[in-house]
Amino acid sequence: MAEKQPIIEIRNVSKRFGQMTAVDNVSLNIMPGEFFVLLGPSGCGKTTLLRMIAGFELPTEGQVLIDGQDMARVPPNKRPVNMVFQSYAVFPHMSVTDNVGYGLKIAGVNGSEREARVKEALELVKLDGFGARQPNQLSGGQRQRVALARSLVMRPKVLLLDEPLSALDAKLRAQMQFELADLQDAVGITFITVTHDQDEALSMAGRIAVMNKGDVAQLATPSDLYEFPANRFVADFVGSVNLFEGKLTLDEPDRASVDCPGLGKVYLNHGVTGPHGADVWVAIRPEKIYLHVPGDGKAIRGAAEDAPEGHNFARGQIKGMSYLGDITLFDIKLESGAMLRVSRPNISRHDQEDFTWDDKVSMHWRSDSPVVLLS
Amino acid sequence: MALFNRTPIAPLDYTRRLWMRSWVGLVLLFLYLPLITLVAFSFNDSRRNIVWRGFTLDYYDKALNNASLMEALLNSLTIAALATLASVVLGAMAALWLWRFRFPFKAAAEGVMALPIVVPEICMGVAMLVFFAKIGFPSDLVWPFNLGAITIAHITFCFPFVTMVVRSRLTSFNREEEEAAKDLGASEWQALRDVLLPHMMPGLVAGALLAFTLSLDDFVITFFTSGPNTITFPVKIYSMVRFSVTPEVNAASAMVIAITVLFTTIALKLQSRMGISAQGH
Repeated sequence: MAEKQPIIEIRNVSKRFGQMTAVDNVSLNIMPGEFFVLLGPSGCGKTTLLRMIAGFELPTEGQVLIDGQDMARVPPNKRPVNMVFQSYAVFPHMSVTDNVGYGLKIAGVNGSEREARVKEALELVKLDGFGARQPNQLSGGQRQRVALARSLVMRPKVLLLDEPLSALDAKLRAQMQFELADLQDAVGITFITVTHDQDEALSMAGRIAVMNKGDVAQLATPSDLYEFPANRFVADFVGSVNLFEGKLTLDEPDRASVDCPGLGKVYLNHGVTGPHGADVWVAIRPEKIYLHVPGDGKAIRGAAEDAPEGHNFARGQIKGMSYLGDITLFDIKLESGAMLRVSRPNISRHDQEDFTWDDKVSMHWRSDSPVVLLS
Repeated sequence: MALFNRTPIAPLDYTRRLWMRSWVGLVLLFLYLPLITLVAFSFNDSRRNIVWRGFTLDYYDKALNNASLMEALLNSLTIAALATLASVVLGAMAALWLWRFRFPFKAAAEGVMALPIVVPEICMGVAMLVFFAKIGFPSDLVWPFNLGAITIAHITFCFPFVTMVVRSRLTSFNREEEEAAKDLGASEWQALRDVLLPHMMPGLVAGALLAFTLSLDDFVITFFTSGPNTITFPVKIYSMVRFSVTPEVNAASAMVIAITVLFTTIALKLQSRMGISAQGH
């Protein structure tokens, strides 16, 4: 069988507003049935990119293709995509039924077919029985479901969602993350979501494009993005991370070593591709660092089990602590003076009592935990 | 004692304080006493209309049977209706234009648009008189076309009010609603009709009401643009008053007040109903 054709092709698209470049030469292929997330801080160009797919903005350069067709001359009302807006944009003067049926009415779908499809769409978003309500009688979450149903009823090839969960409270947001993913599974439509919230992106996406200053910083699956960030921006933006500058002192196919003035000697059980003596950054996630009371076995040996003597090991003093229930965060001042963040799961009910402020601690990490970043 | 048992007045509960109540009463009295007197004396059974002589509806009868007064009233209502219609259409279009587009000298355009509101009426009146004389606007057409000059004059000072009201209404419009309509397949025109117009509606109603009342009771500009065959109601009243203030004038005025109150009530009802359904978000 031939290779699947992407449903959305973005080819070398740039968008400039006067002097400001919002999107800078971006190329992306989005496959049919994907749950694709554009993730980035505000002003990174993710919403502009979404609006160019919807047709509300035209690229300054480059092409947007939907299902193989160039969209340059296709206005938003003729594109086979639908959008759920950040404000939901539910029409306030129409009932829920009229809102959901609006697109069908414009398309000339009338009578019992429209009724049936509206009913089906409302059931899909769990709003059956709300048809006669006015939008001002709905909660924020319900209005969002109306906006979803209103788009899904059109059976678009691609559904675009602009910050779909940003206006909901934390609990509802967590619930909607799952519901959106389930919904996407059920309807099989390609979803493209824009968000600045990394939890949202990680929990829902099949693939994520992290954007920074109009550029795609990395395109990867959620776990690759988190475990193998391509650069400092991604490592820092997705999750939290400890970053240390260092020099590459050893680089062989099966092992590498970086000398970090801040963190000490870092040993990796795989090679990195970089010239010897190059300036690199070591990134290590807080949850991948083990915390010990000095004097237990590992501290005496002064090394992690899978690394040479003196590597992947550090000493420090606890300067800050925040107990978050499931985990406790520690800010530790290393002997070098640098700060290191460590998180520790509270597996037993008394784990949070193990350490306290100003405790001297030692730390180690496994040699597959750090990531070496060249940019 | 009941006097001391009542609930105490809260610090910000001004509406229950005696001095506040009396002040509000005085203001209302000041505003409405002339009108109340006017309506009361329309029932006065006296030609002189200075002293109360007893109740009668005779002057309503007289006013309704005064052919030239009724003609003037019909003229006024016709002009007001036409001017309102044209002002709402023009005003709404101007408001949309100013809201939607960015163009050079936009601030200047907005200022020019508001000029008819701030220019003294007497100047507008003279300008209209000179203008219509200069271009030789025909004054001997059949009714209702003979009202053309007055109607045009009224439109010029009515539509900026509509523009202002509709413009301010538009600032609360969520542009994403219009985009959502287009996203769902609506053309520019369908989006305007289905989403933007319903949002503008309270502004349009308020603007229309404003235009109607402004046109109905305009005297100065009308005085300069009306001819012998195109007397409007305020101009007619003015000429009647010059002879003597009879209860007939009061009766006619009371009827106009009734019409205005009726229109205002309807408009406010409509607006509040739409106001409720236009909320949400």
